[in-house]
Amino acid sequence: MDINATLLGLMIAFVVFVLFCMKFVWPPLNNAIEERQKKIADGLAASELAEKDLEQARKQADDELKAAKLEAATLIDQAKKRAAKLVEEETQRGHAEREKIIASGYAEVEAERNRVREELRKQLGVLAIAGASKIIEREVDAQKQSDIVEKLVAEL
Amino acid sequence: MAADGKMTPTEYISHHLQNAQIGEGFWTVNVDSLGMAIVLGTFFVWLFAYVGRKATTGVPGKLQCFIEMVVEFVDTSVKETFHAKSKLIAPLALTIFVWIFLMNLMKLIPIDFFPLFWGLLGITVASGLGKGEVSEGAGVIARAMDHPWSYMKAAPTTDLNVTLGLALGVFVLIIFYSVKHKGLGGFVKELTFTPFNHWALIPFNLVLELVTLIAKPISLSLRLFGNLYAGELIFILIAMIGLFQLPLHFAWAVFHILVIILQAFIFMMLTIVYLSMASEKH
Repeated sequence: MDINATLLGLMIAFVVFVLFCMKFVWPPLNNAIEERQKKIADGLAASELAEKDLEQARKQADDELKAAKLEAATLIDQAKKRAAKLVEEETQRGHAEREKIIASGYAEVEAERNRVREELRKQLGVLAIAGASKIIEREVDAQKQSDIVEKLVAEL
Repeated sequence: MAADGKMTPTEYISHHLQNAQIGEGFWTVNVDSLGMAIVLGTFFVWLFAYVGRKATTGVPGKLQCFIEMVVEFVDTSVKETFHAKSKLIAPLALTIFVWIFLMNLMKLIPIDFFPLFWGLLGITVASGLGKGEVSEGAGVIARAMDHPWSYMKAAPTTDLNVTLGLALGVFVLIIFYSVKHKGLGGFVKELTFTPFNHWALIPFNLVLELVTLIAKPISLSLRLFGNLYAGELIFILIAMIGLFQLPLHFAWAVFHILVIILQAFIFMMLTIVYLSMASEKH
């Protein structure tokens, strides 16, 4: 347990190891650690930026969606109005058509009645004449009036 | 030692406290401490340099993660305490921390394994060196433990030479940093004019400050040595109580894991603190 030359040997070894450590051990390890730290810091910053971007994009998408919904609603509204108007117009036109058709039907019926009435009147005249001639035939000598009859017959 | 290879408790303890030595007088070298220290230090620099050379800045492997964790830990400790700029201090702290940790870690090798391994190696390849106190008829383990190589100890930090060597290295750096940051005049002034700023009290100040200065390496080395040596002694004592040593060894080893890391950390932290004190201007 005496102090001896081991002490000197150990001091020399100590110096050598410390110098070696200083030259070949510490710098590469420390560089690696510091570089990785920088990398991680950069990565974190980038991810934060990306997150912000994402947030913004989401907001923008939201806005656009809202605008699109609004536009769609307007469009649908317009279309409904337009459809209602169209239906209204068509109904009115249909009504008008019906009125016209009914009116023309009445007119036709009226014309037919007039025509039939005229015809009836004509035939009534003929009948009257025929009846009158029957009556006359009995009263008057047929012989005498035969020229009229013949004339009538010829006329018929 | 008895011829049949039975050790008395005293012999057993002193055997385990004896370092394997070469040389005479001051020029004795504790082969085990110095050898293990160099082997472990080399392992440390090799491992860390290997990982450092292959280090990627991308996704690290598990080994790189672990190494970086240690580096990061040391770096944080240094940055929190040492505010001056220095290229040396962080690698120094890393070397101290990992090296001492590895040296302390060797204590977890059961205390008889390492001497027995070297003793067996000794009687196999260098049987002529045997002390010859154990007769040829004794068991192979007894003969192995009789061989001088069986004095090899695994944990270098249980040797005062090792801890004092480290502390003296730090001491040199303390003086170097003091002179570098305060100038030689500033350093001398600090030694002579604090804490009492009066010329008549210079001798008193000098004594006080020198004690403070010298106490730093002494306390550094003795703290580490004392903790580890005491722990080793307990291991040796536990090893002598027979079968019940197994759970006790386990308990003490688990407790010692704490000591191993803590002492390495304390040595590193105090080194940083001393050096930051040395490099602070008053």
